[in-house]
Amino acid sequence: MSFINYSSREINCKIVYYGPGLCGKTTNLHYIYKKTNPDSKGKMISLATETERTLFFDFLPLALGEIRGFKTRFHLYTVPGQVFYDASRKLILKGVDGVVFVADSQVERMEANVESVENLRTNLTEQGYNLDAVPYVIQYNKRDLPNVVPVAEMRSSLNPRSVPDFEAIASDGTGVFDTLKAIAKLVIMELKKGQEGG
Amino acid sequence: MIGSDLVMYEEEFKQIDAELQRLLTQSNAKVVFLVDKNGQLIAATGETENLDTTSLASLTAGNIAATGGMAKLLGEKEFSILFHEGQRDNIHISIIGQRVILVVIFDQRSSLGLVRLRVKKSADVLGGIFNQLLQKVEQGKGPAKGADSPFAEITDEDIDKLFG
Repeated sequence: MSFINYSSREINCKIVYYGPGLCGKTTNLHYIYKKTNPDSKGKMISLATETERTLFFDFLPLALGEIRGFKTRFHLYTVPGQVFYDASRKLILKGVDGVVFVADSQVERMEANVESVENLRTNLTEQGYNLDAVPYVIQYNKRDLPNVVPVAEMRSSLNPRSVPDFEAIASDGTGVFDTLKAIAKLVIMELKKGQEGG
Repeated sequence: MIGSDLVMYEEEFKQIDAELQRLLTQSNAKVVFLVDKNGQLIAATGETENLDTTSLASLTAGNIAATGGMAKLLGEKEFSILFHEGQRDNIHISIIGQRVILVVIFDQRSSLGLVRLRVKKSADVLGGIFNQLLQKVEQGKGPAKGADSPFAEITDEDIDKLFG
């Protein structure tokens, strides 16, 4: 649910990075934080355990410049990936404008990926959204590891809707901004559609 | 999708800002701000210069969401007031009209009783303004439908430019 402020001429949108535990959601945000001009980002907040596992969420506010005189801000959130944090995941999906699914490309994590997509679908439905209708992109992360599943195979099990998808190595930044750019584009286009249609 | 996007117009923004300032003065608070339940900061007033209001807004919403989750588990609709007490500063958080969150930060110059009293009064006023705003959006009276909409002629190029 975006926030359009005609008074301060700002648009705020919420993007959530979803995916199984240790797939690299927080790493995506860290890289974006590291590579963004200090003027255009706020503080990155991580509510994590002592071992740096996300406990509740990571939050990174990002100002991307102006569209037609409106300052565009994206609030990036990650969810905790571990299965037992499901209650927290549901909360973070509230009011989401776009979802990035970060998949772990390692063979042994394929089952976790599939489970997490199913979990995303269920939790979105509970909030009144439909995964087939929200702005959605997929990132196949950790492509640098030796035991990865071929992209074609990942695509067939995780991306039946053929949404934009990207190969990535979040730890060195490969594909991170391509993913962000794609979801930002879809979110803004969705806003445009909403304004025209409704 | 649930509900509609939150839209803010100049007229309501001024009303909200005036009410927050009144609350700030009357409750002797340091900072007063208003957050959308999704974590978007709507308005802030008081000693905000050295305060990261964006992060505070997001964490406040997270806090309310987590507490709301607890409420549900107990069969409560929501816990409408939260209070955090610190050594120097305290935070009073309340939900208004099930949609927005009012946050008051105060120190020893004020008291919990005074803040609660003033928040209650302001909540009615703010609730009224938001109802008015929602009606306006639903009826499509605002500039959102008009030529002034920032999205009307948005192009791929505009979006590409955002990333430099």
